Amino acid sequence: MTADVTLKKPNWFSRIANPGQFLAWSKGFVAPLAILTATLFAVGLYLAFFASPPDYQMGETVRIMYIHVPNAWLSQFVYGVMAVASIGTLVWRHPLADVAAKSAAPLGAVFTGLALFSGSLWGRPTWGTFWEWDGRMTSTLILFLIYLGIIALWRAFEDQGRAGRVIAVFTLVGALDIPVVKFSVDWWNTLHQPASVLSMSGEHVAPAILIPLLVMTLAFTLLFITLHIVRMRTEIFRRRAESLERQAAANLMA
Amino acid sequence: MDLGPHAVFIIWAYVGVAIGVLGLIAFTNFDARRTLKRLDNLDARGIRRRSDNAS
Repeated sequence: MTADVTLKKPNWFSRIANPGQFLAWSKGFVAPLAILTATLFAVGLYLAFFASPPDYQMGETVRIMYIHVPNAWLSQFVYGVMAVASIGTLVWRHPLADVAAKSAAPLGAVFTGLALFSGSLWGRPTWGTFWEWDGRMTSTLILFLIYLGIIALWRAFEDQGRAGRVIAVFTLVGALDIPVVKFSVDWWNTLHQPASVLSMSGEHVAPAILIPLLVMTLAFTLLFITLHIVRMRTEIFRRRAESLERQAAANLMA
Repeated sequence: MDLGPHAVFIIWAYVGVAIGVLGLIAFTNFDARRTLKRLDNLDARGIRRRSDNAS
């Protein structure tokens, strides 16, 4: 009997997602992405303050939307990235998947915190209150607490490989909050307005307000992608440094 | 430009988000530099990966 051993050639995705390969190809992306992000922020802020009209109901406070909506979008998008990375960790045990999940968590926490902060400041003049325990706000606060829990868990484990698998399960359980955040405005009576940008109801935002909103959303999304790449590179280097320090300590003991 | 009677809420929202975003960028940059310095220090002590020694 002969053993038929055929080595499977790694596919395109596996090659670019290998940590060493990732460090090589991602290096050239950081500066162009940072420049594009800064340019989009400059254009977006100009449009938000000088080329968009006040809203017929909310007046000038509509300008808070240009920073609130992108942060609210990222609070859910970043969690989506972490959930996909968690599947990569659990199903394929991909070495870059838990690096991606770990690197995204603090970014998601900050964007969620900023969404809550800017929403609260928008709520006071619009609804007459900084905070209301309604579905959208409460589920977003829970999302923020989930992010903080994930960051705390990463810090609690010394073995980052084991941490990756445990936190991946926790992340996927926490993902149940995302549809609650998204559909809370449809499921329950709430002060928060329903979706109007991606809405099937036929109500549309005026282009003079929609364009600055889309530019700012793209700027914030590119900011996340840029920071995520930098943080992933840093995490790979940190793991290398920790591995080398352990190796040096073991050599010293021998 | 006139931001109306609720200008203080608009300004604080933008200032708060700017502090959050700039803080995030600064910390990410600081962490990246600190980690690379840590690797450089190890390298200076002759502690490096076998694959780095080979090249």
